[in-house]
Amino acid sequence: MAFKEIELNMGPQHPSTHGVLRLKLAVDNEVVLRVEPVVGYLHRGIEKLCEHHTYFQITPYTDRLDYFAATQNNLAYLLAVEKLAGIEVPKRGQYIRVILAELQRLASHLAWIGFNANDIGAMSVLLYGFAEREGILEIFEEYIGARLTIHSLRIGGVPHDLDAKIISMILAALDSIPARLKDIEMLLSDNRIWKHRTQGVGVIPADEALALGLTGPALRAAGVRWDIRKNIPYSSYEDFDFDVPLGTNSDVYDRYLVRLEEIRQSVRIIRQAIAKLPGGESRATVPKILKIPAGEVFHSIEAPKGELGFYIQANGSEKPERVKIKVPSFINLQSLERMCRGYLIADVVAILGSLDIVLGEIDK
Amino acid sequence: MPEMREQLNNFPILQNVFDKLSRTFPGQELVFSFDRQELAVRVPKEHLLKILTFLKDDCGFNTLSDVIGLDNLNIRKEGEKRFAILYQLYMFPAVQRLRVRVEIGENEVADSIVPLYPAADWAEREIYDMFGIRFAHHPNLRRIYMDDEWDGFPLRKDYPLEGKK
Repeated sequence: MAFKEIELNMGPQHPSTHGVLRLKLAVDNEVVLRVEPVVGYLHRGIEKLCEHHTYFQITPYTDRLDYFAATQNNLAYLLAVEKLAGIEVPKRGQYIRVILAELQRLASHLAWIGFNANDIGAMSVLLYGFAEREGILEIFEEYIGARLTIHSLRIGGVPHDLDAKIISMILAALDSIPARLKDIEMLLSDNRIWKHRTQGVGVIPADEALALGLTGPALRAAGVRWDIRKNIPYSSYEDFDFDVPLGTNSDVYDRYLVRLEEIRQSVRIIRQAIAKLPGGESRATVPKILKIPAGEVFHSIEAPKGELGFYIQANGSEKPERVKIKVPSFINLQSLERMCRGYLIADVVAILGSLDIVLGEIDK
Repeated sequence: MPEMREQLNNFPILQNVFDKLSRTFPGQELVFSFDRQELAVRVPKEHLLKILTFLKDDCGFNTLSDVIGLDNLNIRKEGEKRFAILYQLYMFPAVQRLRVRVEIGENEVADSIVPLYPAADWAEREIYDMFGIRFAHHPNLRRIYMDDEWDGFPLRKDYPLEGKK
């Protein structure tokens, strides 16, 4: 058949683009030659808003970045502010933050498994993933009263202590997740169709992934042991014993396996944090009006989607001079073209899903 | 800068980077600072590519976390340039960070580092989009968030929060 290049639009309303992302595909019959993502449909100018709000007022804005992992966004921002202002969070507060952040990672990964499977055509997994996520959202509802954009951390620590009821809810959720993972694995891991759709698809070599700035589970699926919780521990992660799962083939299937194992490791971390929960205060005393002397800081954490970093420049007032958010999805999306080149149009959906992007975060 | 070197005594890898840089680029106005355990260096604009290439090939800063644009309109001192670009580098697997700063005046063109660090592609487009700083030799310098027809650069300090009427 003669070579004929066609330009094909995917999105911005395509169901598998998880928000409003437009992909301009250049294809030769079914084979993808180039992919150009077009972003910005959700741009709200959060960085500009940060310059006009106090350090306290900014925290809820960060919830609206990656709305599947609001606590993780809070944590990254607060750690940067605390580093800049020299605030020491009490050990109990750090542990509760780890518990909440890992619950959020569970919620994010469970939703991801459902979405990615749904994109590829295994519809029932979506319901299993969301049923478990629901249990975690109920914990947040009990703790803070909200479910999605929960604003669950504060400068200096956490707003509430964990009471016995919440701890029993967390333990119940941790008990049910491994059993449900077995169901999901039974549906997918040895499923011939699933393997056919995911194995050897969207491969990117480790060195190219590093050069393109890829972080998070997708980078670890390429065999690169880069997990900030281990490499540069923050918020007492060094106290917990957990493994960093790695892939070998760097394809969609390995990214699925890595996230599945990360769920198990998060369960381990939360159990240890609850067992070892230290006594004392859960929040440091922070002045009501927080003015931070001129200075700058960059701090990043391992969010469910990859490296989430905040650069904050203070100018001596109660508002920052500049806040720059390094969002993992934005940088990770740059590797999409490299991953899709040479595969089929249908694979683009599987590969995009395997990157686990959130448009709220990309568009800031 | 012997005090600077002393501050890095507990950070042998960074101290080594500091030594290599000051030895290779003597008298080129490298201004180091070490604050909250973060090493930063300000470099002259015309030597940026040379210094980043050295940092990547000879010092091991193999990846780039982020490129950050700053508009110092309200805080700059007399005679200082308006904009600055920060390159947040890191070394993997040794896990060390370094921030390289370069100052850019109004109507000045920055050098694109995409050939060196492909990860900078979208980040530089974002800086162009938000601050209007142009990058020489960037492969695809177009707006990334705002509409192509948009008037103005939203993150500039003189751009009103409510937008232009």
